[in-house]
Amino acid sequence: MKEKLEKIKQDAIAQIEKSDALEALNEVRVNFLGKKGELTAVLKSMKDVAPEDRPKVGQFVNETRAEIERILDEATKKMEKLKRESQMKNEVIDVTLPAKKNMVGHRHPNVTTQEEVERIFIGMGYEVVEGPEIETDYYNFEALNIPADHPAKDEQDTFYINGDFLLRTQTSGTQVHVMEKGKLPIRMIAPGRVFRSDEVDATHSPSFHQIEGLVIDKHITFADLKGTLAEFSKELFGEDTKVRFRPHHFNFTEPSAEMDISCFKCGGKGCRFCKGTGWIEILGCGLVHPNVLRMSGIDPEEYSGFAFGIGLERIALLKYEIDDMRLLYENDVRFLKQF
Amino acid sequence: MNTALSWIKAYVPELDCTPQEYLDALTLTGTKVEYYENLDKNLKNIVVGQIKKIDKHPDADKLIVCQVDVGKETIQIVTGAPNVKEGDKVPVVLDGGKVAGGHDGSPLPENGIEIKAGKLRGVDSFGMMCSIEELGSNTNFYPEAPEDGIYIFDDSAVVGSSAIEALGLNDTVFEYEITSNRVDCYSILGIAREAAATFNKPFCPPVVELKEQGGDDVNNYISVEVKDKDLCSRYVARVVKNIRIAPSPKWLQRRLAASGIRPINNLVDITNYVMEEYGQPMHAFDLDKIDGKKIVVKRAKDGDTFMTLDGEERKLDGEILMINDASKPVAVAGIMGGENSKITDDVKTVLFEAATFNGANIRKSAKRLGLRTDSSGKFEKGLDPRNALDAINRACQLIEELDCGDVVKGVVDVCEPLKELNKIEFRPDRINDLLGTSVSAEDMLAIFKKLELEYNENDKMITIPSFRQDLEGIADLAEEVARFYGYDKIPSTLPSGEATTGKISFKQRIEQKAREVAEYCGFSQGMCYSFESPKVFDKLLIDEKDPLRQAITISNPLGEDFSIMRTISLNGMLTSLSTNYNRRNKDVRLYELANVYIPEKLPLEKLPDERMQFTLGFYGEGDFFTMKGVIEEFFDSIGLKDKLSYDPKAGKPFLHPGRQANVVYDGKVVGYLGEVHPEVLDNYDIPVKAYVAVLDMPEIVPFASFDHKYKGIAKFPAVSRDISMVVPKEVLVGDIERMIIQRGGKILESLTLFDIYEGEQIKEGFKSVAYSITFRAQDRTLEDADVSAAMKKILNGLEGMGIELRQ
Repeated sequence: MKEKLEKIKQDAIAQIEKSDALEALNEVRVNFLGKKGELTAVLKSMKDVAPEDRPKVGQFVNETRAEIERILDEATKKMEKLKRESQMKNEVIDVTLPAKKNMVGHRHPNVTTQEEVERIFIGMGYEVVEGPEIETDYYNFEALNIPADHPAKDEQDTFYINGDFLLRTQTSGTQVHVMEKGKLPIRMIAPGRVFRSDEVDATHSPSFHQIEGLVIDKHITFADLKGTLAEFSKELFGEDTKVRFRPHHFNFTEPSAEMDISCFKCGGKGCRFCKGTGWIEILGCGLVHPNVLRMSGIDPEEYSGFAFGIGLERIALLKYEIDDMRLLYENDVRFLKQF
Repeated sequence: MNTALSWIKAYVPELDCTPQEYLDALTLTGTKVEYYENLDKNLKNIVVGQIKKIDKHPDADKLIVCQVDVGKETIQIVTGAPNVKEGDKVPVVLDGGKVAGGHDGSPLPENGIEIKAGKLRGVDSFGMMCSIEELGSNTNFYPEAPEDGIYIFDDSAVVGSSAIEALGLNDTVFEYEITSNRVDCYSILGIAREAAATFNKPFCPPVVELKEQGGDDVNNYISVEVKDKDLCSRYVARVVKNIRIAPSPKWLQRRLAASGIRPINNLVDITNYVMEEYGQPMHAFDLDKIDGKKIVVKRAKDGDTFMTLDGEERKLDGEILMINDASKPVAVAGIMGGENSKITDDVKTVLFEAATFNGANIRKSAKRLGLRTDSSGKFEKGLDPRNALDAINRACQLIEELDCGDVVKGVVDVCEPLKELNKIEFRPDRINDLLGTSVSAEDMLAIFKKLELEYNENDKMITIPSFRQDLEGIADLAEEVARFYGYDKIPSTLPSGEATTGKISFKQRIEQKAREVAEYCGFSQGMCYSFESPKVFDKLLIDEKDPLRQAITISNPLGEDFSIMRTISLNGMLTSLSTNYNRRNKDVRLYELANVYIPEKLPLEKLPDERMQFTLGFYGEGDFFTMKGVIEEFFDSIGLKDKLSYDPKAGKPFLHPGRQANVVYDGKVVGYLGEVHPEVLDNYDIPVKAYVAVLDMPEIVPFASFDHKYKGIAKFPAVSRDISMVVPKEVLVGDIERMIIQRGGKILESLTLFDIYEGEQIKEGFKSVAYSITFRAQDRTLEDADVSAAMKKILNGLEGMGIELRQ
């Protein structure tokens, strides 16, 4: 009996070794371990074995069976692995073939820049507000301390609808709308479209965008203005950005300043980009003029504030090194898709 | 404004800095220097030489050989210049030196031209004699220089000394950007005062004393009457007799030239000089041409004409201020003198005018006349009336110094009462509060003193000099402190105080969603102008009577193409699609988020309704239903789910009549979409199908919500039934769906259209439509009976619509 089982085992091993496919291995399993398999036949013949020998023979049969199963499983695993390997070998692809791109749209560089600026100021507690693009003379000029005969009001700069209405030339009017609501303190930015009668060329457009900023509270100082805008510049242009404030003049702020940032191209050493000065002019700002506060019903002795105005296109053009402003309004997808 | 450094130094004698230091320092105290140029940047090794001997060139008819004494030695120079003779003193560039340009006056090379010793037609030449063009200037600014030939010095030039200095070219010219509030800085004295304060050096303005050698009394020569006092607050006149016209001295010519003003003769140069120095324009009349010894200042009459001294006939109107004599106008006030009273070389007696005209009036008049002059440019900023008398006296002083004539005694001065000088209370604490600094009161007062702001200890008031019309209150004083304390020294802090919430509005959040969804769906963001041509209505086939044509018109547009504020956003979109198509860009999808401007009525009486439009457009891959998909994605993303429908009767003339729909939400039209009408496509030069959608955001925002509630994921199995129908062609699938939803009851989960077909096998006037309908209950497994009951209701409903069930 023992010899018989040993032979079955050896036969099985031999057949397993001969097998070259999973199907062949399966056949071996059926031939030896299946219902009609050889080992099953041996089990069936147990009734011919002397009762006292049965446990021993039974154990022997089970051991043989386990052994065959083990070898069979091992061989199957090996075979599966081989099969997968050869399959994968056939599936090798050229990974440098072109990608299948999803058709995804792109945001306008102006808007991306605007959102970037908004994100920074929202983080500092500013509310984003909007004002009308067609404005009254009062909000665009008078309430901003620009008296009736100021050259800025001259027809050559402003698009008029009629004597009372005009296309706003600056987002600053939104300051006045917010101040008039009377809720203090104020921390706001107002992005939006503005208009000036400049002929279209590489650096001018009759329609462009500004972001106005306004903070009104007790004890707001020029130092606060400097700190806030320095922080903003670092966020937008990089941690190493330095700022410089130069005295300037705007009717609605006093003291007023223009802010330059250190050239992000050359780091301030001077290059063609910054015309050799190391500085790039970015925005105008200042403490809100007492007349402006007064006209909006705020007591300039109790409250003070600062305001700033950023030319959005100027920042976008600088940031993305776009050399022609007309590209912003042509909507050529080859341009838009770069952002 | 351009000025020579030497002119500034004349009034700040201790000023000692490099041009770059000057630029940086003045820029940081608020007098922005844009640019500077060293006039001698490309001039090197140029001395005054004297020609001792001239010989003919042995081999060239047009050349001569000169022996030139250059101080230390005499050198030989060969030249072709026709104008030199023995004894002439000329600029000589020595071997290894440099000149600015060629003798033909063509544009100057960036780095000049180096001059080396060499041979000309076989004869040694050890240098070059220079024309004024080679020295980087021209005969406009050196009127004594010959048109074609070597510059010849007058006899006072010292042989061997620097020719650059002798010509006044050892100077630097600065260009400033002066802000509109600093009227005083449109003058040499104003800038010099700022420079002195910036560098902490004494400011020494000219001291004006007159001899009045002409004697007599000015009142015997002229009287002045100002009729329109609102436009002329001061008119000062002086008379100079025995005029002796001659060239101005070199120093005066050089200063004018550096400011870009061409020297003419002593009389003209003096008025220009004083205009630059004091910022006060002046005018000189030939007194013999003034009738009745009288000046009358009054407005012209509508329709009057007048010939200005440039020989042009000017049309006047009733707001233009004129200077008249007893019988006729003689000048357009503050802008230009008249042909009939202009100075000629034989002038004997001159009437000087220094006046203060209304700035705004001059600006507007100059604009209407199309005649902007140096003079009007100064007046329009609004001048200080106190300056007029000082300026005219300074001019007369120069007349005496230059021996240009004899100043008659006295001055005619017609002047409105001068405004009292403004006073501002000195509150150092408030200034520090505003700046966030702790500058001492003494330091502040030291700054004010430099700026000629006087402090009175007794009443604590600062008196503002009349030339600083820009200083009105404490904030202005704070700026003066900040400028000279240094903007860079003010600390950098962040605002303290009550915390505020940073946020965008709900409307802005919806717009943000619109951008996101459009971009997910392949649309890139465009940007279009708000103004466009009135022709767009025709291009879009919009009816003559359509209210969309009621557009706001700009009164001073950049041209008709930019003359109306758009009432519809499609023109921008279609123009952009066309641009892309014509540049061969494939499958272009664009969107725009911007306003249209709807007036309540015209002409405008109140602000128009500015309506944000979400406009989408594409050509290439996709169709009507692609666009519809984008709209539904957007609506889904802002919580607009169950009440959306489409009405094919949108009636848009610019869309294909059979392929358009209004987008309706909860019964309200919130936008439209469709295929662009073929004729409109033609008008925009787009030869392929294009699709557009316009969503009116103000209608959509009130429906929007970001409030989501989780619905449990179904645990019980679903049951599906398919139905196939033969439907009259005119019945809309939307109506079928509405019926299925209405009849399906609570257990209806979803319905999917899986086939729609017209043609063979289907009878004429009908279409075949097939749906898969899915039922599910949240709380149990559905019984067959539940589903059958629901289906029966649905089928009954559909049959009521004239629909047959297909077996």
